[in-house]
Amino acid sequence: MTRDIDCAWAGPWTWVGCLNKSSGKSRQAQAPTIVMFLVQQDTELPYVTGTSVVALKYKDGILMAADMGGSYGSTIRYKSVERIKPIGKHSLLGASGEISDFQELLRNLDELILYDNMWDDGNSLGPKELHSYLTRVMYNRRNKFDPLWNSLVLGGVKNGQKYLGMVSMIGVNFEDSHVATGFGNHLARPILRDEWHENLSYEDGVKLLEKCMRVLLYRDRSAVNKLQIAKITEEGTTISQPYALKTFWGFTAFQNPTAGAEGSW
Amino acid sequence: MTKQHPAWSPYDNNGGTCVAIAGADYCVTAADTRMSTGYSILSRDYSKIIKLADKCVMASSGFQADVKALQKLLAARHLIYQHQHNKQMSCPAMGQLLSNTLYYKRFFPYYSFNVLGGLDNEGKGCVYTYDAVGSYERVGYSSQGSGSTLIMPFLDNQLKSPSPLLLPAQDAVTPLSEAEAVDLVKTCFASATERDIYTANKLEIVVLNKDGIHREYMELRKD
Repeated sequence: MTRDIDCAWAGPWTWVGCLNKSSGKSRQAQAPTIVMFLVQQDTELPYVTGTSVVALKYKDGILMAADMGGSYGSTIRYKSVERIKPIGKHSLLGASGEISDFQELLRNLDELILYDNMWDDGNSLGPKELHSYLTRVMYNRRNKFDPLWNSLVLGGVKNGQKYLGMVSMIGVNFEDSHVATGFGNHLARPILRDEWHENLSYEDGVKLLEKCMRVLLYRDRSAVNKLQIAKITEEGTTISQPYALKTFWGFTAFQNPTAGAEGSW
Repeated sequence: MTKQHPAWSPYDNNGGTCVAIAGADYCVTAADTRMSTGYSILSRDYSKIIKLADKCVMASSGFQADVKALQKLLAARHLIYQHQHNKQMSCPAMGQLLSNTLYYKRFFPYYSFNVLGGLDNEGKGCVYTYDAVGSYERVGYSSQGSGSTLIMPFLDNQLKSPSPLLLPAQDAVTPLSEAEAVDLVKTCFASATERDIYTANKLEIVVLNKDGIHREYMELRKD
């Protein structure tokens, strides 16, 4: 009988150990041994993850919100992770999923923007181009069975044109007036579909995003009450200082949660 | 050792349905505009139809990232063709290219279900239908995607396709007028929308004829 030892999955080839215990009766009592197999493992698992990113188009540009939590499984390990970053002059990138993969993407993008700047030709990569680049990167990694475990939100404004798009870890991508990743897709997008409209003012946009983030805070266990809202317009980018949302836990339904269904579960 | 289950799949089904109908001197290609994943809707306004050449339009459903990659590849190949031959690719030529491109990835397929619609070299409507690995044939009409099982039998009934075994060979191209074919397509999607959760929101209809390309939209149920 063999039992697996928990092992970290890394890269295409790795050693996997199995505990080899003798079964039933045997001549000598065999000491437990470990048998090692060199196996091909193409999959990976995320370790430190960020939860939802929510973004919408408003009158002057894009508003994007994400909390600052980095979860290690069910532990909220890091509470100051910046999951929204400005890219180049015209875009914002928000990421959920594996934080280290996001950091690697930022390194890739740094190089891309550097080369773009080195042309020194007055032209610069806009949000559409970056979204396309990210889609290709994610898709090609998926083709090699070595994905970057992220859902990305790319928003920006260039020459008056607002752009907001999303890419998943296997390369599925689309653009829309409002997007959200992870839990945000289930909880925030219905709110946005109901209440978003063209030419939202900045204040209304922020209020709408905060409404979405509050719902996520109540209902997503990996959400953390420390968020940043980022704004990008033709003029430039602003990422707010981290702040907390006001929450209210005094709802009667929260006070006596089992009121309607007494029992052990 | 307990069986290892992979943590992720390289494929996803983003849903949607495509239809194409060939007429005597036109071709109607249509697809819904919903993009889904699992039980969530990602977009209510995503086009599945792309114009590959002047006389050739492709509608694809399935895994959107593979569809996008396929569309880009074919568009790039068409550009090279134009540079090399100083003319647009014909629909039959694009049909063969698509088949070869799909089979090229026979052992890690494009999860893409395609219908090609356009005009052949004589100006007659032509429709090519494909599976995910490039098996294809020219037909008078076809549907692919999540709602295809609902639409195909209805088209078979309405368009009375002759058997390909008949001699002399009979044309599968429909004698219906362009307006009647467009109407038929609208009926198909209205029905499929009722019962297929992945087909909904809006219907995009592209008509190719000797006057060029014409696009129209119809609202579908959004639930």
